[in-house]
Amino acid sequence: MMFVPGNNPGMMADAHIYGPDSIMLDLEDSVTMAEKDAARILVYNALKSIDYGGVEMVVRINPLSTPYGKKDVEAVVKAGVDVIRMPKTETAEEVKELEAEILKVEKEIGCEGRTKIMAAIESALGVVNAYAIATASPRMMGIALGAEDYSANLKTNRTPGGAELLLARESIVVAARAAGICCFDTVYSNLDDMESFRKEVELIKTLGFDGKSIINPRQIEIVNEVFTPSPKEIEKAMKIVAAIKEAQAKGSGVISVNGKMVDRPVVLRAERTIALAEAAGVLSKEDL
Amino acid sequence: MRNSKAITLEEAIHKSGLKDGMTISFHHHFRGGDKVVNMVVAKLAEMGFKNLHLAASSLSDVHAPLIEHIKAGVITKISTSGLRGELANEISHGLMEEPVVFRSHGGRGSAIASGELHIDVAFLGASSADELGNACGYSRSDNAKSICGSLGYALPDARYADHVIVITDDLVAYPNMPMSIAAADVESVVVVDSVGDSSKISAGAIRDSKNPRDILLAKQAAKVVINSGLFNDGFSIQTGTGGASLAVVKYIREEMLARGIKASFALGGITAHMVKLHEEGLIEKLIDVQSFDKVAAESIKTDPFHQEVSSVDYASGEHKGSAVHALDIVILSALEVDEDFNVNVLVGSDGIIRGAIGGHQDTAADSALSIIVCPLLRGRIPCVVPKVTTLITPGKSVDVVVTEYGIAVNPARPEVAERLSAAGLPVVDIHALSAKASSIIGTPDPLPFGKKVVGVVMNRDGSVLDKIFNI
Repeated sequence: MMFVPGNNPGMMADAHIYGPDSIMLDLEDSVTMAEKDAARILVYNALKSIDYGGVEMVVRINPLSTPYGKKDVEAVVKAGVDVIRMPKTETAEEVKELEAEILKVEKEIGCEGRTKIMAAIESALGVVNAYAIATASPRMMGIALGAEDYSANLKTNRTPGGAELLLARESIVVAARAAGICCFDTVYSNLDDMESFRKEVELIKTLGFDGKSIINPRQIEIVNEVFTPSPKEIEKAMKIVAAIKEAQAKGSGVISVNGKMVDRPVVLRAERTIALAEAAGVLSKEDL
Repeated sequence: MRNSKAITLEEAIHKSGLKDGMTISFHHHFRGGDKVVNMVVAKLAEMGFKNLHLAASSLSDVHAPLIEHIKAGVITKISTSGLRGELANEISHGLMEEPVVFRSHGGRGSAIASGELHIDVAFLGASSADELGNACGYSRSDNAKSICGSLGYALPDARYADHVIVITDDLVAYPNMPMSIAAADVESVVVVDSVGDSSKISAGAIRDSKNPRDILLAKQAAKVVINSGLFNDGFSIQTGTGGASLAVVKYIREEMLARGIKASFALGGITAHMVKLHEEGLIEKLIDVQSFDKVAAESIKTDPFHQEVSSVDYASGEHKGSAVHALDIVILSALEVDEDFNVNVLVGSDGIIRGAIGGHQDTAADSALSIIVCPLLRGRIPCVVPKVTTLITPGKSVDVVVTEYGIAVNPARPEVAERLSAAGLPVVDIHALSAKASSIIGTPDPLPFGKKVVGVVMNRDGSVLDKIFNI
């Protein structure tokens, strides 16, 4: 998910050419108070008129408690956004409030239920309430960590290893998995240190995240490299899936591949590997 | 020393027999740091010359003082490869009565060699020279001030001009050998404080572009090269110096290492990137008409397999020794490309002259595969358009256009399109790219050109390709 400032037409016009999975146009922190209205109009027109070629479009709105939040919801729902990202989410009630706002606008234009919600968790209270937030609405498609505000709220600093984020990251992954939705990690802002960025992406993949938020197209390649299964992993996964299909056809529950017992978790992991390979474009339906 | 040719600039001009109405010439190896053109023309103005034809290999921002000399009638005609900055602005607005004649580097070389562009007196800046006139774009002395490397664009002038004056800021002991310009071609040597501002002559260490669009374009262009069918052991390549062109070299290098193949030569403007590949053994020879940075300038001085080449031997169309005739792949940039694959590298979308033909026409025409790397959009300016503002390189010379929205292949090269498609590259119709640009940006209003011809674009064979009108 690539963050793009909602007040920068040059960046908005062609953010999709770099191949992100989703684009988040930002109306919140990257836009100054004086430009809130202009940015909203720009984002509305970008969503309406630019052909983003099927990339999932997300808009980060201002909190509903500000004078801009509701206007943001109205504009982007009317423009047909896929997902609204709610910043600084702390409780399930806030999600429900946003859901009601979205529904109001959707009813007006006759497209009820179209808009999904992603909640950014950026405080200790948000982390504690992660599961409640993740299950607050059927529109919830994912939760994401916002590390800058979170570490400030914890009264600590960001560190290279990210020790201060460990509990938040794990809590968010666990809550998302329990709720059956996606989870996304925070941004990494030092563009001159691609090696540390790669390490962070490897860490959050290991923790179980579905993806990483990025601030520059140059980060896309590394995220894709880390998340794309290796040919060896794909081959193994395909063997497992094929073997289990064969076993099911024969009515047998337990199988072995290369001499190792394969049970349900192994099959699930194999299926996820294949899904990731498909998403990364290294495996097509015909290969299966 | 005995028989020294070293005299003052004024004495050298007197000695040259220069008269009103004659043609004087200059090279542009000192690029944005050049002091020679302004110094010489100021002296000619002071000495009362009028009606001179200034034939430079190129002119840039630093030559704005020429505006006053044009207004005063000292310079009444210009031939060049390019114009930039305030001088280009004024000329675009109609400063001169006679149109500027634009030629490619190869075209200029041919015109000089054939006599079509006859040079009466050449004023050739040199980084070092001895008192008989052996001159180089580098220096072996400790006093080197203004290093430029190759003097390739000056060599036709040195050879064919009636009278040659070498101007240097580093007079070295005879013999200044090996030399670029030979004493046999030189009538006078003038020593001055400085021929160029070395900080503006060449970039120091060129950093890799961090612009994500440049990187994207470079990766796509590299994939075109790799899948072109020409990327085989012994291939040859030329690239420009823009961010995208430099990055292409980086990606091609990785693939050369992976496949274990080497290039036989790299041609044209040579950069530190090319020197690095040469030193790694990935490019056997460098043929250098212009050394773009200090690393390249240093390399040409010390490495016998890094050779200087004159613009005639580099790029002239009819010349039997032209290196472009052996060139496989060239990667070029563009201000605009149109639906017929015609390219404009000279006139901006505002109708103002802001570029140079350079070797564009020559390399596109004679290479086996010409690849234009050009963003579809530059801000609010569309770069793939229905028709170019000014025709510089005819579409029949252009094979592939790489944009961030897809790769267009000239219909005359179906085999290339087939190879690129088979490699999974996004091959699209050029009309679709043009339509995409106008769908995002809209159709710009036509430019309000006037009726006065301010520039004539020559093709490399000496025919007229297009005219530039005042704006």
